[in-house]
Amino acid sequence: MATRSTPEPPGLGALFLSFLTIGSTSFGGGLLGWIRRELVERRRWIDDQQFLVFYGISQMVPGATNVNLSVIIGTQLRGVPGAFAAVAGLLLAPLAILLALGALYFAARNVPGSRLINAALIGAGAAAIGFNLATGIRLAHHNIRRIGPALVAAAIIIGIGILRIPLLEVLLVMLPASLLVTLAERAR
Amino acid sequence: MATLLQIAAVFGVLSLLAFGGGAAVLPDMQRQVVDVHHWITSREFLDMFALSRAIPPGSMIVVLIGQKTAGIAGALVALLAMFGPSSLLAFALGRIWHRAGAAAWRETLEQAMAPVSIGVTIASGIAIARSTEHDWATYAVTAATTLLLALTRLHPLAVMAGGALLLALVGGG
Repeated sequence: MATRSTPEPPGLGALFLSFLTIGSTSFGGGLLGWIRRELVERRRWIDDQQFLVFYGISQMVPGATNVNLSVIIGTQLRGVPGAFAAVAGLLLAPLAILLALGALYFAARNVPGSRLINAALIGAGAAAIGFNLATGIRLAHHNIRRIGPALVAAAIIIGIGILRIPLLEVLLVMLPASLLVTLAERAR
Repeated sequence: MATLLQIAAVFGVLSLLAFGGGAAVLPDMQRQVVDVHHWITSREFLDMFALSRAIPPGSMIVVLIGQKTAGIAGALVALLAMFGPSSLLAFALGRIWHRAGAAAWRETLEQAMAPVSIGVTIASGIAIARSTEHDWATYAVTAATTLLLALTRLHPLAVMAGGALLLALVGGG
């Protein structure tokens, strides 16, 4: 796009390493926040608008949203090899840890870890949810400038967060609604 | 070999049904691997869920189920089957988007998607908090982390370590 700066695309190795970092730091949760922090804030390989669009596309197809997002970002930056580098980097550390945990579990027939570890995991998880929420707030602060889009975001937050309407149903209603808002603002 | 194919078939189908992420198909998954195929018991399913819950990027329980059923090969097949088909769809949709180039409809759709994605990000956080958190301590950690990470430049790992430590003191002591 003419309006969008296109920085030098990263090498496959750099892409793999970035996703390896993301996969290794996001134990406990907060993956979306880690992806944005690494790729938008630190590396500047994509900007917020691209991040939001790719995240939106990731939601529209089934499967783990963050894997879909990694596939799309990898493809965008380095084509098909980029997608493989991104997903491999993302999954390597979690897979290794989980296989080790699995081996322990099958040997001990017991979930390893005491109540203390469990409580710590719950605490890290609660903080990770906060990390994702903070990422959402930062995105809103940087990218929502007018009342129409603000109302769209608010409706989604109430629909999914408070009323617990399934994501797919909310998207089916709110995507067209947001499109109407965009077109209406443009016509003015 | 037959088992590996069955693993691929079960998780490959679930991959395409998991709208909104892997949590959507957990009940179906439990039915398939416990009741239909008898690969694991329902107690093992719960244990594996607990073990894999904190492991990114979600749905990693399939690795443990595959590992129990058919060793490392089973784990890898389960992982590929769970993420492969949905990744292909994501790739295809991303490609269509990329190909659209500077088309006017793309610019409009991108503008429309921004507030939707932001809304979903915040809403998902709230929904997950409400379904997993049941006491004041966890809610307090989430609220404090949200504020700290939205308003300051603190490193997320430091804040998450703080949350872990706090709940270990409160809940584990």
